[in-house]
Amino acid sequence: MIFSYYPGCTLKNKAQDLDRYARLSAEALGFTLEELDEWQCCGGAYSMAKDEIASKLSSVRALNSAKAQGRDLVTLCSACHNVLKQANADMAGDAEFSLHANNYMQLDEPYHGETKVLHYLEVLRDVVGFDALKAAVKNPLTGKKVASYYGCLLLRPGKVMQMDNPENPQIMEDFIRALGATPVLYPYRNECCGGYIAMEDPALAQKKSTAVMESAADMQADCMVTACPLCLYNLQKNAVTNSQVPVLYFTELLAEALGVKG
Amino acid sequence: MQRIGVFVCWCGSNIAGTVDVAAVAEALSHEPGVVYSTNYQYMCSEAGQNIIKDAIKEQQLTGVVICSCSPRMHEATFRKTAAAAGLNPYMVEIANIREQCSWIHKDMPTATEKAIILGRAAIAKVQLNAPLIAGESPVTKRALVIGGGIAGIQTALDIAEAGFEVDIVEKQPTIGGKMTQLDKTFPTLDCAACILTPKMVDCAQNENINIFAYSEVQEVKGFVGNFTAKIKKKARFVDPNKCTGCGECTEKCPMKKIPNEFNLGMDNRRAIYIPFAQAVPKIATIDPDHCNMLKNGKCGLCAKVCGAGAIDYKQKDEIVERQYGAIVVATGYNPIKLDKFDEFGYSLSPDVVTSLEFERLTNAAGPTSGTLLRPSDGKHPHTLVFVQCVGSRDTSGCGKPYCSKICCMYTAKHAMLVREKYPDTEVYVFYIDVRTPGKNFDEFYRRAVEEYGVHYIKGMVGKVAPRADGKLMVQASDLISNEQLHIEADMVVLAAAIEPDKTARSLGTMLTASMDTNDFFTEAHPKLRPVESPTAGIFLSGVCQGPKDIPETVSQASAAAAKVIGLLAKNKLTGNPCVATSDEMMCNGCSSCEKVCPYGAITYQDKEFRMPDRTVAIRRVASVNEAVCQGCGACTVACPSGAMDLKGFSNSQIMAEVDAICKM
Repeated sequence: MIFSYYPGCTLKNKAQDLDRYARLSAEALGFTLEELDEWQCCGGAYSMAKDEIASKLSSVRALNSAKAQGRDLVTLCSACHNVLKQANADMAGDAEFSLHANNYMQLDEPYHGETKVLHYLEVLRDVVGFDALKAAVKNPLTGKKVASYYGCLLLRPGKVMQMDNPENPQIMEDFIRALGATPVLYPYRNECCGGYIAMEDPALAQKKSTAVMESAADMQADCMVTACPLCLYNLQKNAVTNSQVPVLYFTELLAEALGVKG
Repeated sequence: MQRIGVFVCWCGSNIAGTVDVAAVAEALSHEPGVVYSTNYQYMCSEAGQNIIKDAIKEQQLTGVVICSCSPRMHEATFRKTAAAAGLNPYMVEIANIREQCSWIHKDMPTATEKAIILGRAAIAKVQLNAPLIAGESPVTKRALVIGGGIAGIQTALDIAEAGFEVDIVEKQPTIGGKMTQLDKTFPTLDCAACILTPKMVDCAQNENINIFAYSEVQEVKGFVGNFTAKIKKKARFVDPNKCTGCGECTEKCPMKKIPNEFNLGMDNRRAIYIPFAQAVPKIATIDPDHCNMLKNGKCGLCAKVCGAGAIDYKQKDEIVERQYGAIVVATGYNPIKLDKFDEFGYSLSPDVVTSLEFERLTNAAGPTSGTLLRPSDGKHPHTLVFVQCVGSRDTSGCGKPYCSKICCMYTAKHAMLVREKYPDTEVYVFYIDVRTPGKNFDEFYRRAVEEYGVHYIKGMVGKVAPRADGKLMVQASDLISNEQLHIEADMVVLAAAIEPDKTARSLGTMLTASMDTNDFFTEAHPKLRPVESPTAGIFLSGVCQGPKDIPETVSQASAAAAKVIGLLAKNKLTGNPCVATSDEMMCNGCSSCEKVCPYGAITYQDKEFRMPDRTVAIRRVASVNEAVCQGCGACTVACPSGAMDLKGFSNSQIMAEVDAICKM
């Protein structure tokens, strides 16, 4: 099975591991991520500005390319996932935004949110299935205590992301179980790490990321996994803690369990 | 041609503020058949009614049109007025120019024009009205109370006290409801069991009351004064006439690990159980989902130890059919599930509990025998945080939009009792608003703050984060000092919103009693008929109608009982003459009407008819039982040949109204 794939800017430089392991694992699981031609930055850095149409246009362009290919669009980065799904929901449900965007885009056929956007984790859960994933695992991570870190963007707003319950998510825990490891439940797994305000208010970002790291360490996690490059960076660089819990991309753990890490 | 009088009401400024009432009266005076037309400030007042009566007599009116509020409000009033002046009450028609006109329009010319059109339609209808005479039906002098909580108990006791028979149907093995689980009751702090259990015993001993515990209402048919209900008595697998409630079986049963519903799963019961010591009826019940004997035929220990020989593994559900004159709904409430409020950590830590669980943890008959201990480690908690409005007044869609009304008071009670019994504790209460109207309620709350030193903080809790060492990190905002607070708590108590019992919705359908979007039963009038359902003969008691505390529930329960007694005291009820009637000459015997009739009021019979060619033919035709027909009109729509018609709402009358509205 082939999916259109939107990697996003960060996966091309700082977060190359997130991308590389995802592609290797996909092949091992029998599906292919085919990168969209000439994709552009999703506009993630500006996605908070409500009246900004231009910043979302590149997302609409990516969504429309996937539509032209007749495939679902898969993405990995929490921020890209958030922006793509929000832009798609606006194109489908916000008539004024959709009209403006289509006027800018001047497409042959207007785009109205037809493409289905999937996070890589959703592909694992809903297309591959966690049972099939479990069966494909070659090196079960038995005994490893893994803390999932959802952050703020992956699941919220819940009505648009339609991925999991933002206050008590299960998808990453189920993923960790499928790999043979033991999920560690800790209360800060779905709190913001402060990454978005790291430039403006470094002290607050430090406080927030420290709280997340200490909460996971307190519950005896061996490592933490995330889907968000910004969270990973912020937790690694800004948290001030004595605990030595490494933070990894979830795809690295996946590739390791599937025996394709190399 | 009728002689019609038109009476336009101002309803103070309710109508006159938007509708030019004088212009309406003037315009309608020119309609065919209208011989008198006037307007008055309050047509429903005594003076207004006298205007109508005088006009009927002086003008020899044969029909009356009142342009006023909804017929649901005052149709009965004006029909009585007409009858008092010697006119058949069904010669009165109401044009609703308030709810359907003045209240929904802002512009006077538009509203005035619409009021004239509505009046014209009513005049066109009354032209075709014929005097109707209501039939009578007998009243079964027995009431059914659905739900055996404090609401149902109080209603049943009051009805029984007046000398009428009452059946209480309760789905649990015992009556008593939620109040049996409470520890103390605000604002006087008397023990719930001490004031409730005597009433439960009164119910059991009152010869006018039959308790159908562990039973459900399966079907209700009929109408006011003449209901028939099928009650399913679920099999207890214990003979109620033999069981003495000694409890021997409940100690010997080997299935020990079944979550005990009475203590909200915080301890265990056996597969054969009596919910609590003061249960009424005090009869053991076998839980078929957990009993080994019932599941695989192995065990039988309870039968061996039962000295009375009451155990009957072959007992079956039993259906009982009973007749009633009135039905009282008292189905109560449950706290909402907290799965959409995971920020409070309810699923993550056993030390985050609901307020009802907290009641059990402080109750002498609860799992800790009344000593407040943390569920996780059985240690004494030192810091407690109470969170109010968990799911109440919620606009996010996760909870309920309404105020659950009881939480402010019971939280003040909990906080006060904890501080009194354990002075070494710190107690915090987070609130949006403290709402304590009610006799001696605000004084009670102030005592919690001023005398017991409970820390009341305006603000909501955003996160409860359990730590590995068992502490609960509570993160909250203090809106008054504009600070973020971090409290290391030992226990967190969530005041979960309350919602109507899940059975209410299906019961509402069964009784054709209307409900609001939150599944609370709707009252016939929110202010003036608060204990009656709009469906005749159905009455409302307790939280099934809206959130209420115990004093208010008991008041409403007695009010509902008074209404039931008023109904059962009558020997006959005047029916509604607006019933269906079939024109036998036009009926083709197709049975369409019989199939759609929800009341079973239509039967078919073979009748002899003289045909045009002077022969006699036998034809199958519909006939309506007027005592059973409720006048819903379903048959008149279903009838393909136009033989069915509804008296007072005939097809020709409705077409005349439509014509009048369409006429420019």
